[in-house]
Amino acid sequence: MRRSNIWLWSAAALAYAFLYIPLIIVVVYSFNDSKLNAEWVGFTLSWYVALFNNQEMLIAARNSLIIAVSASFLATILGTMAGLAIHRYKLKFLPLLVFTPVAMPEILLGVALLLFFLQVLNLTLGMISIIIAHTTFCIGFVAIIVRARLQGMDESIFEAARDLGASPWQTFRLITLPLIMPAVVAGALMSFTLSIDDFVITFFTKGVGEPILPIQIYTMIKIAVTPEVNAISTLLMLLTLTMIIIAAKLDSGVLRREAK
Amino acid sequence: MIKGNTKANRTAKWLVSGPPLLFLLVFFVAPSLIMLFTSLRFPGEFGGLAPIAAPAEAVHGEYGLTLETYQFFFSDILYAEIFLKSFAVAAASTLICLIMAYPLALLIARSEKRFRNLMVLLVVLPFASNFLIRIYAWMIILGPESVFSHFINALLGAFGIAPVTLLFSPFAVLVGMVYVHLPFMVLPLYTNLEKHDPALLDAAQDLGANAWQRFWRVTWPLSLPGVFSGAALVFIPVLGMFAVPDILGGTGDILIGNLIKDQFLGTRDWPFGSTLSIMLTLAVLAITALAAWFARPAAIPER
Repeated sequence: MRRSNIWLWSAAALAYAFLYIPLIIVVVYSFNDSKLNAEWVGFTLSWYVALFNNQEMLIAARNSLIIAVSASFLATILGTMAGLAIHRYKLKFLPLLVFTPVAMPEILLGVALLLFFLQVLNLTLGMISIIIAHTTFCIGFVAIIVRARLQGMDESIFEAARDLGASPWQTFRLITLPLIMPAVVAGALMSFTLSIDDFVITFFTKGVGEPILPIQIYTMIKIAVTPEVNAISTLLMLLTLTMIIIAAKLDSGVLRREAK
Repeated sequence: MIKGNTKANRTAKWLVSGPPLLFLLVFFVAPSLIMLFTSLRFPGEFGGLAPIAAPAEAVHGEYGLTLETYQFFFSDILYAEIFLKSFAVAAASTLICLIMAYPLALLIARSEKRFRNLMVLLVVLPFASNFLIRIYAWMIILGPESVFSHFINALLGAFGIAPVTLLFSPFAVLVGMVYVHLPFMVLPLYTNLEKHDPALLDAAQDLGANAWQRFWRVTWPLSLPGVFSGAALVFIPVLGMFAVPDILGGTGDILIGNLIKDQFLGTRDWPFGSTLSIMLTLAVLAITALAAWFARPAAIPER
């Protein structure tokens, strides 16, 4: 091994350690039999038990699930359409609208939507406003994934379908949709993850009503840190990890088929 | 092939692009315009906004619109300071991310093909955890009773330096910012470095360039577009971030994001909050334009 490689490896190892050690600590402390996040006392599952007896937390989890499912459903449909449209047609305005919410600081979208909901729609902030807000920024992510999939595909398939007399709808339903399906599902899972994790935009559009998971976690962190936070963190990590692995599997499956 | 503009195709175009366009016009463009409009309004007596009164009974001039909040923003040095501080934090976070991400991205790009995807996945995977949890993890690590704090203070003590509090400090804010945004730097760098032709380095070596020269004269200049897109992806979100200073910072570590948050959820001064948001938007636009200009594919230098 060359000397420069050893430097690279150690620098990279440090970066990986930096990325993972904090999360490992959270997971380990979620099993620690002590109220303080300081020294290891002994193994316990009591923080998980406490979590499942925490009524407000359960309601928050349920609300967040409802929001994530609804927002990812809407964002997947609209995002897939946007991805298709941007790929197929030379559009100037739509890409700008789709990708800007992804690129700008979240707080700006949160503030803008807060003002809009309160002033224009006279909408009481709550689940509906959060679902709309999450859909707005998830559309861009779905569109990016779907568009990337389309860019990797051979255009002649669609031309062949058209030449054989397929209508645009038939081409879409029989050719395009099955081919981009893995990207659509990956986009849906990504939206779900983004929605259930989102703090900033939720914070601005939540109103005062129902408890929402990230807001509950924020309150716990800010006011009284108990190892219950570690337990909910570990469970959330498991959930989103599963989503990401499924999404990655779907995506690479498509890659492999194309490579053949 | 039947080209383009049949009626069915035009209908299809509108059917596909119409719904997302409409949704984003209503829930993105309109809210942004409302924000701009709000920045010109007068604050209400009890928070929120003063009503737009009919000209006859108007207290604040004919249309109830004003540039007062903008004047206020530029008249108080405090806000300029907070903006400058936010830029400094964003620049420092970007630089640290770059220094940490570059070797990692380079290593991944130069690894065997079959390992690359796994190594990239390992960079992205921490994102599988909740954003707040990633910040919270550093509360544990930097907390006064943590192993890390004890170690640092023992080290400082050995040199006769008084113990320091790591949590609720600018240092903690910086660590949190870097931690949350590091993958945004690694990915564009890797995407760029992966495309480099190894033959270039061989050629440089044959021409007598040592390892450092090969990096500095070949790899680094070629990677600049990746560096600038990564820098934009870190700099912009850090600039608007309020959660990291909110959780890891002390009372003095307020950035633009915290200021904006306070206007809406604390003092409820909507017009001023909107003005701050507009200023942040302008800053973001300027940085995006700069990054796009720098990140354009480099022309081959002429000799």
